[in-house]
Amino acid sequence: MDRIPILRMGQYLLVTIQIDLYDRLATNLESDLVQAVSKTGARGVLIDISALSIVDSFMGRILNNIGSMSKIMDAETVVVGMQPAVAITLIELGLELKGVHTALNVEKGMELLAAKINSAYEDPDEDEAGTE
Amino acid sequence: MKTDISKLLQKNHKQILEDWMTNQLADASLREDLMSNEELGEQSQELLSALLKSINDKNLNDVQSEEFENVYEILSGISMSRARQGYTPRETGMFVLSLKQAIIGTLTKMLKNDPQALVDASFKMNNLLDSLSIMTFETFIKSREEVILRQTDEISEISTPVIRVWDGIVALPIIGTLDSSRTQVVMEALLQEIVESGSTIAILDISGVPAVDSLVAQHLIKTVAATRLMGAECIISGIRPEIAQTVVHLGIDLSNIVTKASLASALRHAFGILQLEVQKKQKDKTVR
Repeated sequence: MDRIPILRMGQYLLVTIQIDLYDRLATNLESDLVQAVSKTGARGVLIDISALSIVDSFMGRILNNIGSMSKIMDAETVVVGMQPAVAITLIELGLELKGVHTALNVEKGMELLAAKINSAYEDPDEDEAGTE
Repeated sequence: MKTDISKLLQKNHKQILEDWMTNQLADASLREDLMSNEELGEQSQELLSALLKSINDKNLNDVQSEEFENVYEILSGISMSRARQGYTPRETGMFVLSLKQAIIGTLTKMLKNDPQALVDASFKMNNLLDSLSIMTFETFIKSREEVILRQTDEISEISTPVIRVWDGIVALPIIGTLDSSRTQVVMEALLQEIVESGSTIAILDISGVPAVDSLVAQHLIKTVAATRLMGAECIISGIRPEIAQTVVHLGIDLSNIVTKASLASALRHAFGILQLEVQKKQKDKTVR
């Protein structure tokens, strides 16, 4: 398996990482995700890393990149379910993932995404939020 | 003619014990509050019997001899228990050294007519008992260090309690200096509790931290960043005026972190984020 499935749900894209990422898989995910954002016009990306137990600086950078790339394509990124050990490792590596939002679990992540998207689009066009 | 010192000592077992006890009881550093005289007598009796049993003319010159193993064992047991009971090193040392006085005293009496043998015997007994007292000190200090080590562990354990103050709010009061190893413990405990309780807000109370320098501040910033990565928000509370002064003087930038002066205001801020409201109960006096 050299691809991680990207699921589309309404205006969101869902990515659940169930296996430990190696570098090739991560770069593939990065390019696939950007492609998917542009193709579907998704407004939010949710990445679930609750099963990820090993992380290195490369992985941290990929996550950060995904966040920044989605941002300039007008989509918000939420990383959910990070393990305490992973969080500590990333901090010790000096990676604070400034470009992405974080949430404790998928439920809270979805709430956060909805809030972000709605608040950004409330004024210009009210129909946007209701087209699912 | 050669005198058998070990036989001589064994013959005078009772006399030595009596002298020893008199010496110990006469000493100013006797701790009757920690150990009764009977107990002390039993300990002395046990040690002396073991010593006199394992002594013979051959091993008298060789203090490392295996035959003294039993004596060493008993002595280290006594020394250890004394260290835990809170005896001072001097009091523990006197226990063995007063035995030396008793033994030399007895030898002097017995060998009055043979100065050469007396010098010889005293020299050997001195050597033996000196090595015993060195051993006593070693064990004493080792058990003291064990006590200190255990207390350090206990302190670091009890000093990181993560408290659930409300549904979705956890608080962690930090007491004592933050160093890197402690930050690690604090961070792990906090993140673990966030996962377990599903909390979205963590309050880090530093009113018990005596001083904040750039290193401590860096540790705090790290903890806050790790909490954010987990998807929770972190508030630092309990910033005392002195701490605010040092932080600003050191040029540490805490502007990206929510800071509050007291735990109460941090909690109020947390309630605001969770859109909770605390209200005073309305008493309806018209009913009955």
